[in-house]
Amino acid sequence: MKFVDEYRNADAVKRGIEKIGAAVRRPWSIMEICGGQTHAFLRYGIDELLPPEITLLHGPGCPVCVTPLEKIDRAIRLAARPEVILCSFGDMVRVPGSSEDLLAVKARGGDVRIIYSPVDALKIAGRHPDKEVVFFAIGFETTAPANALAVLKAKQKSVSNFSLLCSQVRVPPAMEAILASPLNKVDGFLAAGHVCSVMGYHEYHAISKKYNTPIVATGFEPLDLVQGLLACVLQLEGGRCVVENQYARSVTEQGNAAAQQLMHEVFQVTDQKWRGIGVIPHSGLALRPEFSAFDAEKKFHLQDYIVHEPEACISGLVLQGLKKPPDCPHFSGRCTPEHPMGATMVSSEGACAAYYKYKK
Amino acid sequence: MQHSPDFQLQCPIPLSDYPRVTLAHGGGGKLTHQLIAEMFAPMFDNEFLRARHDGAVLPMDGERIAFTTDSHVIQPLFFPGGDIGSLAVYGTVNDLAMCGARPLYLSLSLIIEEGLPMQTLWKVVQSIKTACERAGVKIVAGDTKVIERQNGDELFINTSGVGVIEHNLDIRPGAIHIGDRIIINGDLGLHGIAVLAQRQGLEFETTIDSDCAPLNGLVGELLRADISIHCMRDLTRGGLAGALVEIAGTAKKHISIDETKITVREDVQGACEILGFDPLFVANEGRFVLFLPPDETEKALAVMHKHPLGAGAAVIGLVDEGAPGVAARNDFGGSRVVEMFSGEQLPRIC
Repeated sequence: MKFVDEYRNADAVKRGIEKIGAAVRRPWSIMEICGGQTHAFLRYGIDELLPPEITLLHGPGCPVCVTPLEKIDRAIRLAARPEVILCSFGDMVRVPGSSEDLLAVKARGGDVRIIYSPVDALKIAGRHPDKEVVFFAIGFETTAPANALAVLKAKQKSVSNFSLLCSQVRVPPAMEAILASPLNKVDGFLAAGHVCSVMGYHEYHAISKKYNTPIVATGFEPLDLVQGLLACVLQLEGGRCVVENQYARSVTEQGNAAAQQLMHEVFQVTDQKWRGIGVIPHSGLALRPEFSAFDAEKKFHLQDYIVHEPEACISGLVLQGLKKPPDCPHFSGRCTPEHPMGATMVSSEGACAAYYKYKK
Repeated sequence: MQHSPDFQLQCPIPLSDYPRVTLAHGGGGKLTHQLIAEMFAPMFDNEFLRARHDGAVLPMDGERIAFTTDSHVIQPLFFPGGDIGSLAVYGTVNDLAMCGARPLYLSLSLIIEEGLPMQTLWKVVQSIKTACERAGVKIVAGDTKVIERQNGDELFINTSGVGVIEHNLDIRPGAIHIGDRIIINGDLGLHGIAVLAQRQGLEFETTIDSDCAPLNGLVGELLRADISIHCMRDLTRGGLAGALVEIAGTAKKHISIDETKITVREDVQGACEILGFDPLFVANEGRFVLFLPPDETEKALAVMHKHPLGAGAAVIGLVDEGAPGVAARNDFGGSRVVEMFSGEQLPRIC
């Protein structure tokens, strides 16, 4: 398949790894931001082929993993209401809330539907005027434009039975929070290529400069990852810290202006809670006041429903690159994909799930 | 949770996990297996169920017959390349074929929702007839029930089937040996993607047709060629991964597969990339794996390549030394553990 096969070419990947081996002299810890990148590293076994100087840290870029427990509990509360049709992306329905997941609510009679696009949720609202359709709008800057589009269309068509339960997060503040932590171990970042496709990488220059850290916008195929790592290592060994773009077939400096405009029109930056990490300033996207009629938390008075996370799960430390999944005493014992204690185990992009799936 | 062997009044599946049955319990993944392993298998335990085969091989006056049953609950009822009727026939026919049997007789039970258009039922019944003719089996018993209307579009079909075993081979998961080669009869993922595309209204540049087909003809050719088959398994809900993990678990053997030998059509691969699916886990309805001694692979491949359902047959792996389980090797020299899915394979957010 074009644009896939050439980036899964084993010889090219092996040559890239040899170049990393030739370039590296000191130990470096490099964090891939996105859960999709984590899975690709482990699925293809690339982590095992890298020189021992390179330590991969797995970043917070899994939208399902970082959705706070209370948002999931709020979604479950909504789904249990007889007048609500709750629409969600597929991998969110099995993420455990405090006591159950959305699939269990569905089994009790809740109307939970898996959809592929927020616009589909809007169509469902049109077909069921007697119901309240809520879309569980989770995700990074990659999914926010489509969520914005659905809200805009709902407003244009005066659809009053449609709303979003928002848990949208932004990558740059999370990167900054990781770098600013006194426990930070990250020497360089592979930025998430898909997020950069939408947002560009102009926001990263200031972060790279402020924290003396190389940032390479990187794709998701094996060769992308190896090229991203090589660029990062060459910078670190050469004492340089700039922003580079490995994923040039999709990413430009300024990103997708139309998508950004949509997001800006509907959403505004807000402080946001991340599961396992806590509140990161300016790291979320909330509906602007003029769209508050589409805010499910306001519509159904859910803001005061606060849930605290269990302490046994170390997913927050995993998401910040401070611990690896096998460091957890519960990994593959008490905590498995069937009985996950935290979202990093259940999401198909979660680091714990990746270790369990490919390395157990 | 501990139980004394003579006191099992309590439900063996921890109620705290799932107090009610969820869709994931029927997905063919780990939760389905938990139900079988913890509730059904211990309750009905006997030597036939213990074989963990696609059907039961039963002794009958010095001869052997195979017996199996399968229920079909697919939405939409019609999809590119098939429908619930052909699926219900081929599903049972294939389970019998995997036991090394020649399928002969099927029962047909229809559970119909009040309100189902008669024309829809007629189309399904015609399809069942055509499928029976293609597979060479007869419907010899049946039952009809109607349930109260919900959406007026549901139809559930159960078929049970009987076949005769006309050879002396011992074909079952427990019969695989270290060194056995594993052959698959074609490319992966057609059925799962065809149905999903139809169900969700996903549009691709080409139409992907289900691979839904009766495998008894091809299996019959292999048996007639005197191939020493050790085990066969059709790849249904859990995909190739689910079938191999089950066999490895039952036989307590290690299976290694070479991912580069597995074929996935470009449009199927593209759909999988979009949906975040791994083709190893996507459903098929006309594919099976065959375990056999290494010195018989050439002969088996020659037989398969002559048959339309075996044209793409290839050796994809072997049974080797190691802890029970399945490992997949790739081009890069890396390898990964292949696990069964926890519930249903769900489309990812990004």
